[in-house]
Amino acid sequence: MMAVPLNWYLILSAVVFSIGIFGFLTRKNIIIMFLSIELMLNGVNISLIAFSHYLQDLRGQVFVFFIIAVAAAEAAIGLAIIMALFRNKSTAHVDEMSEMKG
Amino acid sequence: MNGYLLIPFLPLAAFVVNILLGRRFIRGKAHWVSIAAVAASWVVSVATLIDVMSGKTLDRNLYTWILSGHFTVSVGFLIDQLTAVMLIVVTTCSTLIHIYSVGYMHGDDGYYRFFSYLSLFTFCMLMLVMSNNFMQLYFGWEGVGLCSYFLIGYYFRKKSASDAGKKAFIVNRFGDFGFGLGIIVIFLTFGTVYYAPVFSHAGEIAGRTVNLLGHNVSLATLIALLLFCGSVGKSAQLPLHVWLPDAMEGPTPVSALIHAATMVTAGVFLVARCHAIFDLSETALSVVAIIGALTCLFAATIAIVQNDIKRIIAYSTISQLGYMFIACGVGAYGAGIFHLYTHAFFKALLFLCAGSVMHAMAGELDMRKMGGLKKYMPVTYMTMLLASLSISGVPGFAGFFSKDEILWLAYSGSSPVGKFVWLIGTIVVFLTAFYSFRLIFVTFHGKFRGTHEQEHHLHESPKVMTIPLILLCVGAVGAGWVGIPHLLGGGAHFTEFLGPVLGNPEGHGTVSQEWLMMAISIITGLAGIGFAYFMYVMRTDLPEKVAEQFRLIYRLLFNKYYIDEIYSYLIVRPTIWAAGNILIGVTDRHIIEAVVNGVPEAIGGISRRLRRVQTGLLQNYAAIMATGALIIVALMLLR
Repeated sequence: MMAVPLNWYLILSAVVFSIGIFGFLTRKNIIIMFLSIELMLNGVNISLIAFSHYLQDLRGQVFVFFIIAVAAAEAAIGLAIIMALFRNKSTAHVDEMSEMKG
Repeated sequence: MNGYLLIPFLPLAAFVVNILLGRRFIRGKAHWVSIAAVAASWVVSVATLIDVMSGKTLDRNLYTWILSGHFTVSVGFLIDQLTAVMLIVVTTCSTLIHIYSVGYMHGDDGYYRFFSYLSLFTFCMLMLVMSNNFMQLYFGWEGVGLCSYFLIGYYFRKKSASDAGKKAFIVNRFGDFGFGLGIIVIFLTFGTVYYAPVFSHAGEIAGRTVNLLGHNVSLATLIALLLFCGSVGKSAQLPLHVWLPDAMEGPTPVSALIHAATMVTAGVFLVARCHAIFDLSETALSVVAIIGALTCLFAATIAIVQNDIKRIIAYSTISQLGYMFIACGVGAYGAGIFHLYTHAFFKALLFLCAGSVMHAMAGELDMRKMGGLKKYMPVTYMTMLLASLSISGVPGFAGFFSKDEILWLAYSGSSPVGKFVWLIGTIVVFLTAFYSFRLIFVTFHGKFRGTHEQEHHLHESPKVMTIPLILLCVGAVGAGWVGIPHLLGGGAHFTEFLGPVLGNPEGHGTVSQEWLMMAISIITGLAGIGFAYFMYVMRTDLPEKVAEQFRLIYRLLFNKYYIDEIYSYLIVRPTIWAAGNILIGVTDRHIIEAVVNGVPEAIGGISRRLRRVQTGLLQNYAAIMATGALIIVALMLLR
């Protein structure tokens, strides 16, 4: 069986990451932006796993586990914040939330 | 040693107790604390005098106060003959005046405050005279100045009183500036500020000169004159005398204690204490004698035309201080201290009598509105009469012995200006007798010239006031008997006692000359009294005619030679102008405010522009972040 070359993984990772950035910058719904962040995180995860496999080094995988765990916690908090925001503002549109303007 | 510590620290303790607890708890009983403390100080002072008379002197450091490189200062005490005399003068006057104040200040709002300051003053004065180094002397010196300021401005709601307090403090700055410099020069020259090493090495600086602004000045003259600057300020000599007459705004016991008996004589004490330095410089001594003589004459001439009884006595004080400086200037330090000692009694007494008169007259000070008080206030009259006889140099009274000794030593001493200051001193004997008895005759003789209500109110002061008067009167009459000259069969014990500290110069005249001098001063004094009797009792219309005849001179004297006005134009107004137009107008407004306001304005301007970056739009931030990350990556790749 022919192994999938490293480049492919990296390209996939870059594509997923770019989609995440694109989504984060262009979409105005806060939930979609939140999902885009998750996409970016997973794009990074893919490249970490790919290198871990390529270099036969488990440290990359350990790293990914940590990222997933932290991302889970972050998702919990993030969603809670979004819920609170939504209750206050009755909207999920980010341009409405500009109180921190200088 | 430890017993001696009680002398200054008991009044300090009384001050602390009164100032902390006086307002709430002690109130009208504040005098008990202060009087107990100062009376105990007096008892210890008497014991100290007895110790010193048996030959025990002491110079010991209590603890190190300042230690900085080679500069060491201790709180230390020097008990010698001079200190012992000063202790007796200060504690005796202070005790009696404390007691008198109980009656005089009765019912005053600031009763506890008054006694606290009086105790603090006594502490500072005692520290001043007991010190064994220049720094502690300076501490006491400034301390008494501060208390003087507090007490002159005691009736601080009255503008003239608070102004007078400020004036006293500011005028003293001029003198103390020189005094401070003098101490610095002493430290630079001798490497120490303790009396003992400074005075024992003083001889080594004879003939040394220092370059001052291109002139070579004798070092001894420089130090002596700088120290004398302090004396001129504190003892109200020309040209810094202006504060003392105004200081009469304070309560009368304060005038008696601070501005007659003790604080103002600190200048004389300083010169006497530092005589080892003054002796090295003939110039400095002549300056001291001439300033003393001029002040003596100047103040006496003003005193003869004033109408405010306290001011007359204040000018009299300035004039008498002039005598003490004459004595110091001709090298007769012992005689100067002798006059300081007798003067303390009769001058404190004069002031307290004036206070007693004020008390009866409900605060009236203008003697044109008095007259005939003799029959209402017999005790005050008698004591004031005796004090006036004493100050006029009538034989047998305290003032006679001390003044006569000064005049004789001025005439017969080796000082180059001796004859000149003797002449002025003798003229002033006449003036002194004249103005003192003018005061007596106008106030106590003749008919009462005030309102009917005032006449009804006239009464002798309570016992608590008259008893101190009587006790001080004993001093005013008899204090001189410890120093009766050899000529009159006495032992001149006073100056002999001070001899180990101050030296004991002998006059270079014959016995017949001494008799002649004494006769001249007695006759001049009696002539002054007689002239006053003639003008103010026999021919009461005469004073006005004389004033009319010599209108110009009268106006000049009445307005105190316009010195206050001259100072106002030469110093006060230019200073206020400079403060307003340079310090406020330029420095404050254009430099300090420019910096203080300019810096925050600049920061504000920058931040106003910078804050536009903060749009509050989440995706703007994200875009900037992404762009930044991209740039970093690009840079890394391209490198």
